[in-house]
Amino acid sequence: MNIHEYQAKEIFRRYGIPTPKGIPAFDAAAAKEAAAKLIAETGNEVVVVKAQIHAGGRGKAGGVKVVKGAEAAGTVAKDLLGKTLVTPQTGPEGKVVQRLYVEQGLAIDKELYLALTVDREKKRIAIMASTEGGVDIEEVAHEHPEKIHKVWIDPAVGLQGYQIRQLAFALGLSKNAQKGFAKLLSGLATMFDKEDCSIAEINPMIVTKDEQVVALDGKVNFDSNGEFRHPEWADLRDLSEEAATETEAKEAGLSFIQLEGNIGCLVNGAGLAMSTMDTIQHFGGQPANFLDVGGGATQEAVTKAFRIILRSESVKGIFVNIFGGIMKCDIIANAVIAATKELGLTVPLVVRLEGTNVELGKKILADSGLNITPADDMASGAQKIVELVGKA
Amino acid sequence: MSILVGKDTKLIVQGITGSAGTFHAGQCQDYGTQLVGGVTPGRGGSTWKNPSGKGECPVFDTVRDAKEKTGANASVIFVPPPFAADAILEAIDAELELAVVITEGIPVMDMMRVRRVIDSTKTKTRVIGPNCPGIITPGGHCKIGIMPGHIHRPGRIGIVSKSGTLTYEAVFQVTNLGLGQSTAVGIGGDPINGTDFIDVLAKFQEDPETDAVIFIGEIGGNAEELAAAWMKDNFTKPAAGFIAGRTAPPGKRMGHAGAIISGGQGTAEAKIEALESAGVKVAPTPSDMGKTLASMLK
Repeated sequence: MNIHEYQAKEIFRRYGIPTPKGIPAFDAAAAKEAAAKLIAETGNEVVVVKAQIHAGGRGKAGGVKVVKGAEAAGTVAKDLLGKTLVTPQTGPEGKVVQRLYVEQGLAIDKELYLALTVDREKKRIAIMASTEGGVDIEEVAHEHPEKIHKVWIDPAVGLQGYQIRQLAFALGLSKNAQKGFAKLLSGLATMFDKEDCSIAEINPMIVTKDEQVVALDGKVNFDSNGEFRHPEWADLRDLSEEAATETEAKEAGLSFIQLEGNIGCLVNGAGLAMSTMDTIQHFGGQPANFLDVGGGATQEAVTKAFRIILRSESVKGIFVNIFGGIMKCDIIANAVIAATKELGLTVPLVVRLEGTNVELGKKILADSGLNITPADDMASGAQKIVELVGKA
Repeated sequence: MSILVGKDTKLIVQGITGSAGTFHAGQCQDYGTQLVGGVTPGRGGSTWKNPSGKGECPVFDTVRDAKEKTGANASVIFVPPPFAADAILEAIDAELELAVVITEGIPVMDMMRVRRVIDSTKTKTRVIGPNCPGIITPGGHCKIGIMPGHIHRPGRIGIVSKSGTLTYEAVFQVTNLGLGQSTAVGIGGDPINGTDFIDVLAKFQEDPETDAVIFIGEIGGNAEELAAAWMKDNFTKPAAGFIAGRTAPPGKRMGHAGAIISGGQGTAEAKIEALESAGVKVAPTPSDMGKTLASMLK
C-alpha cells in the first residue's frame, strides 16, 4: 500500500527524521495560505509546491515548482491541481493531481540517495545509500553499481553504529552532517520495522548549507500483510489513487487487476491466474483481467468476482479455471451457477474444474441446464474460450 | 525413499480446531498420513474428530506437549497471520524435524525474524512455506498440506514450486502421463520463506528414488536465478520448468529501491534464460510441463 509524500513525512517526524516544514493543501487558496504561513515562520520567501501522486519522477514531469512568495505559490497550485502527470512510474495514462504539499525552500549543498527495502535474497532489510541522489539513480545503479553502498540489518540485533558509520564515510559527510545522518538513518530503520514498510526511500536526502541532513522527499510503501496491526492505515489510504474496482475486489478478498483484453478470467491462486493469462495469450486471445479468488473464497466472493469481471463492457467471454486445493470444486460450481443465474450471464462461459470434490462440482454444472462449456484442462479451456470469443 | 516426508512422518496440526485446520487435518488423515495430534492453546485435553468420521486425535495446549506425548516429528500450521510467526517459532523450539506453514498473509517483518532463527545453526527444524500448499510423498501415503490427494500417484518425479495451484497442474500432468511423483514440495511465493528452491533441489539430487524434476517459478525476486546458477554445477538429473507471469503487465510502482535491489533480475525472460542455460527445459505453456519433462526422459 502506497501513501503520499506528505503522509510519509508525518511518519518521518514521529521517528525523529528531519524534514522541511510543510503543509498539505487540497486547493489553490489553501496552498497560498500555507505558503504565507511558511514564509512567515521561516523568514524565507522561497517555497516549493509539490504534486502529491503515488509515483516518482514528479520533478521531471513538472509536478514540483519552486516559487517566491505566497501569491506565486497560489498561481502554480492552480496550474498543478487537476493536471495529469505522466512519469516513468505512473504508466502511460498518468495520474491526476488532487493534492499538493507546500514546503519551505532550503539551501541545498548536496543531494544524496537513501533507501531501505526488503532484500529477498539476503532475507534482511537492505539499506542503500549513494552520493548520486536524484531521478537517475536506477541508471547509476546499473552503470556504476559501486556507487550504491549497501548494508544489511541483522534482525536479531538491529542496525549497528558501525554500519551507520560505514555509510556516512562512503557518502563523504562532514562531521556535523554525520551526526544528523546517524539520527535520520536510525529513525528510518526503526520506522521501517515498526510500521511494516516494504519500501522507505528518501530521494533526495539533502545536506543543507548549514550541514543539516534532511529528508527532502519521502516514499513509503507498506507491506499489506501487516494491515491487521495498523488500523491507522485506513486513514492514510487515498482511494482516488487506487482503481475503484480493484479496491472493491480487495474488500471481498479477491485480487483483481483490470487489463485491456476481452476474456474475463476467474482463477484460484496467483501463479495459476498469471499462467492462465499466459495461456490465453498463447492461443491468440487477450485477457480482460487478472483475478485470483484466493484460497478460502466463499460463494459470495465468487459471485462478486463475476460481477466485477462483467462490469467491464469489453468482456466477451469468461474462463473459469479452478484447481481446487483449499477450495472445493462443488462450492465453485454452485457459485458459478448462482452468479450466472443472478447476473443473467449472456457471454460464453468456459469452466475448467479440477481438484477436491471435482466429480461433485462437474455434476452440479452438468445438471444445471445452463450454457456452460466444460473443459478438462487449462490449455483446452483457454483454446475454447478464445474460439468462442472469436466467433461472438 | 523420497524427500523430507514419508511413512515415518508423525504429524501434528497447529490450529487444528479452526475451520481450515479441521478440514485439512481430516483430508491428510484420510490420505493415510499418520496424524498423531493437534495443538490449539486452551483446548488441550480435548479430542479432535475427523469430519469424515474416519478418525480422531488428541488436542494439546503446546507443541512441546504434543511432541512429548505422541512422538510427533512434523507439524503443519494453519494458525491465522497475527499468530503464525509465533506458531512457527514454537515448532522450532520444540525441535520438530519439519514445520509446514500453510498460512497466507504473514507480514514480511515477522518472516524476516523467523528466517533469522531458521538460519541459526542451532535450529533443527526445516520450515516449508509460508503461503504454500505443503508437501506430499504419494508412495509413503504422507500428505502434509492442502493439496488434493487424489491427483497424485507414487512415482519417481520430484516437483518443487513457488506457486500452489500450478503445483497441482504439474502433479496432475505427471500422473496422467503414468509417471507419478516421488515428492512434491510447494515452497510458497512470499518474499521471505523458510526453504528455498536450492534446498529442495539438493535433496532431490541426493534422492535415489527421484529420477527427474519439474521446477515451477514465478516472476519477482531472484530465487529462480539463484537456483539456476546452482543447478549448473550441482544438478545432474533431467529437469523441466515453467515460469508464471510471462505476459503479466508491468506494475505501477513508487520509487527506485525495488528496481535497484533486484538489479534487473526477476522478469520472466531473465528467469527462463537462466533456467535454460542451466539445462532446464522450459515448457511453452503450463499445460505442457509434464510433456516437456517426458520428452527429456525418452
